[in-house]
Amino acid sequence: MAGKRKPKLAVWKFSSCDGCQLSLLDCEDELLTVAASVEIAYFLEATRATIKGPYALSLVEGSISTPEDAERIRAVRRQSKVLITIGACATSGGIQALRNFQDVEQFISTVYARPEFIDTLATSTAIAEHVPVDFELRGCPIDKHQLLEVLNAFLNGRKPNVPRHSQCIECKQAGTVCVMVARGTPCLGPVTQAGCGNLCPSCNRGCYGCFGPKETPNPASLSARFGELGMAQPAVKQIYRLFNAHAPEFQQESQRHE
Amino acid sequence: MSKQTRTIKVDALARVEGEGALHVRIKDGVVKDVKFRIFEPPRFFEAFLQGRLYSEAPDITARICGICPIAYMMGASQAMEDALGMAVTGPLRDLRRLIYCGEWIESHVLHAYLLHAPDFLGFEDAIRLSQHHPGVVEKALQLKKLGNRILEVIGGRAVHPVNLRVGGFYRTPRKDAIRALIGPLQWAVEASLDTVKLVGGFDFPDYHYDYTCVSLHHPDEYPITQGRLISNRGLDIAIDEFSNHIIEQHVAHSNALQGHLQGSDCYLVGPIARYNNNFEQLSDLARQAAGEAGLGRVCDNPFQSIVVRAVETLYACEEALRLAENYEEPDAPYVEPTVQAGIGHGCTEAPRGICYHRYQLDENGRILEATIVPPTSQNQLQIERDLWGVVEKNLDLPEDRLKWRCEQTIRNYDPCISCATHFLRLTVERE
Repeated sequence: MAGKRKPKLAVWKFSSCDGCQLSLLDCEDELLTVAASVEIAYFLEATRATIKGPYALSLVEGSISTPEDAERIRAVRRQSKVLITIGACATSGGIQALRNFQDVEQFISTVYARPEFIDTLATSTAIAEHVPVDFELRGCPIDKHQLLEVLNAFLNGRKPNVPRHSQCIECKQAGTVCVMVARGTPCLGPVTQAGCGNLCPSCNRGCYGCFGPKETPNPASLSARFGELGMAQPAVKQIYRLFNAHAPEFQQESQRHE
Repeated sequence: MSKQTRTIKVDALARVEGEGALHVRIKDGVVKDVKFRIFEPPRFFEAFLQGRLYSEAPDITARICGICPIAYMMGASQAMEDALGMAVTGPLRDLRRLIYCGEWIESHVLHAYLLHAPDFLGFEDAIRLSQHHPGVVEKALQLKKLGNRILEVIGGRAVHPVNLRVGGFYRTPRKDAIRALIGPLQWAVEASLDTVKLVGGFDFPDYHYDYTCVSLHHPDEYPITQGRLISNRGLDIAIDEFSNHIIEQHVAHSNALQGHLQGSDCYLVGPIARYNNNFEQLSDLARQAAGEAGLGRVCDNPFQSIVVRAVETLYACEEALRLAENYEEPDAPYVEPTVQAGIGHGCTEAPRGICYHRYQLDENGRILEATIVPPTSQNQLQIERDLWGVVEKNLDLPEDRLKWRCEQTIRNYDPCISCATHFLRLTVERE
C-alpha cells in the first residue's frame, strides 16, 4: 500500500468520440501492468474514484469547442507536470473543426430546433492553441502501441520513439504495393504521418489522413498528382477536410482549392 | 426525515462514455424534479455531412463514437444502399454480421466488467475489483480482446475500422484469417457462459418498470444489422417510417435531442428491449443460460441489464463462431454502387439500441440532408423516469449510497453520451 509513491496519471476529455481514451482500455494485455506502475488519479471513463492534483502526467483527449472548455484546459495545464494530447481532436481540432470553415450559427440551426439552448464556440481548436503541450500523439484514433511507447518514455524520462515520416515509408517497410502507382487510387499517404500500420493501402484503398500532416509535407505537389489522376478541384479540397482539416498544412492546401 | 432539507452534490459521474449531469430535487421527502443533462459539446455531424459524398458517410459518422463505430458505419452504409437502390446480401452480409458481433462482444464486455460490475461488487473501478478478485478481470479483458480481434481481422483496426464501405468492404479477409478466430471463439462461448453465471449471481436492487420496448425484429435471426421496428405495444413498421413514429425534441437542459414515441411518452431501446422483443430468436444455449441466471421471458428490472448484456455476449460469441466456421471468401469485396438521387434509411442494433440514419442524396451522390438518431438520445427520457423511481424507492439511503445508486441507474443504460451529442455531474437538491 504505502512504500514508493507512484506517479499520478490523469486522463481528461474534451470534445471527442472517446475512442482515444478507449485505446488505453483496449491495451488488454498491458492495462493491469500500466495500472500497477502509475496511480490512476483521474480517469472518469474507467473509475469514479478521483484524486486531487497535481498530476505527473495528463493525457488530454478532445478539442476545445465551448467557452467552458477553454477555461477548463487552463486548469488542467496548471495541475499537470507533463501534458500529452492524444488523437486528432486534441492535436488538430478533429472532425468537428469542419465548422471552422462555415457559419456555426447555420450549423446549430441545422441540427437543433432551439438554437438558443446551445452554447458553443465558432471554432473547434487544438489543445496547443490554448496551452503549452509537451507532446502530441497523432491519430484518429491513436495507435495503442504508440500510446504505450509514449507513456513508457515519459515515465522513464526519455524521448518517445514516434516517427514523423510519411505513410509511404510505412508501406515500403511492410512491402505494401503503392495504391496510387499501381491502381491510380488517390492516397494521402505521401503527406500523412506514419503510425497506423499502413492500414488503408493494405486494404486496397487510399490513406485518408487519420494521423495528420507528416514533417515538412508537400501537399501542393500531391494535389497536382491528384489532378492528373482525374480528381476535380472540389474533391481535392474535400480530401484534406476530414479529421485533421484544421491542421495548418491540410487547412492551407484545402483553401487553395476553394 | 421528510421535512429535512438536504443537498447532495457529486461533481462527476464516472464510468460512462461522455459528459453529462444529473440534477435531482427532493422537497419534504418527495421527488420534485429529475433532469438528466447532456452537456457534451455539440459536434454538428448532421450539418457538416451536407455536401459530402455518399461514400464518405461511413468513415465520417464512425467518428461519432469510438466505442460503437460499426453501428454508425453500418447504418450509414445501409442507408446509402437504400438510397441508391442496391442491397448487400449473401456472404458480404454475413461478414457484416460477423464484424458487428465483434463490436457487441467488445462493447458489452467493456461495459459489463469494466464499467458496470464494480457497482454491484462495491468497487470504484475494475482495477480495484481485479485486486480483490484475481482472474475475473483478466478473463474479461481476454474476451474483450477477442471482440476487438474480430474488428481488426475484418475492419483493419478496433476503433474506427477502415475496411468498410458502401456496398461491402474494400478488401475481404482471407479464409485462413477468419478460420483462425474459430479456436478463440470456442473458448469465448465458454468464457461468456461463465460471465452470465457470474453476473446472474449479483444482488439486484428491487425496481421494476413496465417498459415500452422498441427494437428491430428479423424473421430469421436475433436482430443486429437489419429488421423491422417493433415494440411490445403493437408497433410494427418498416424502418423508413421511423420519423413518422419517433419525434425528437430539443429541451433546454440537454445537448442531445430527446426521442419520444408517438402515443407513449417514453420508451426503451437497447439490450433489455431487444431481449424482451426477440427472446425466441436467441440460441438454445443463450435462452437456457438466461433462465439459469434468473432472467424471465421478460426482463423489467433495469439493474438486470448487465445479465442481458452477458446473455447477448454469449449469443454474439456463438453467432460469430457459426459465421466464422461457414466463411468462404466472397467473389467480390463489394457491390458497385450506381450513383443516383434518392432518399435512404438505415437502422441497426448498436450495442446500446437502435441507431437510425436517413440521408437525401442529389443526382451526383452528394448529401443534401442527414438525420442520425443514436440510441442514448432515445433512452434519455426513460433514464430520467427510472431515476425518479429509484430515488423515490431509496430516499432512506444515506447520501453517498443514494448518489452511487443514481449513478448505477444511469450506468444500467451504458449511456454513450458522445453518441448522444460526455462528464456527468450529479447534484441532488433536497428542500
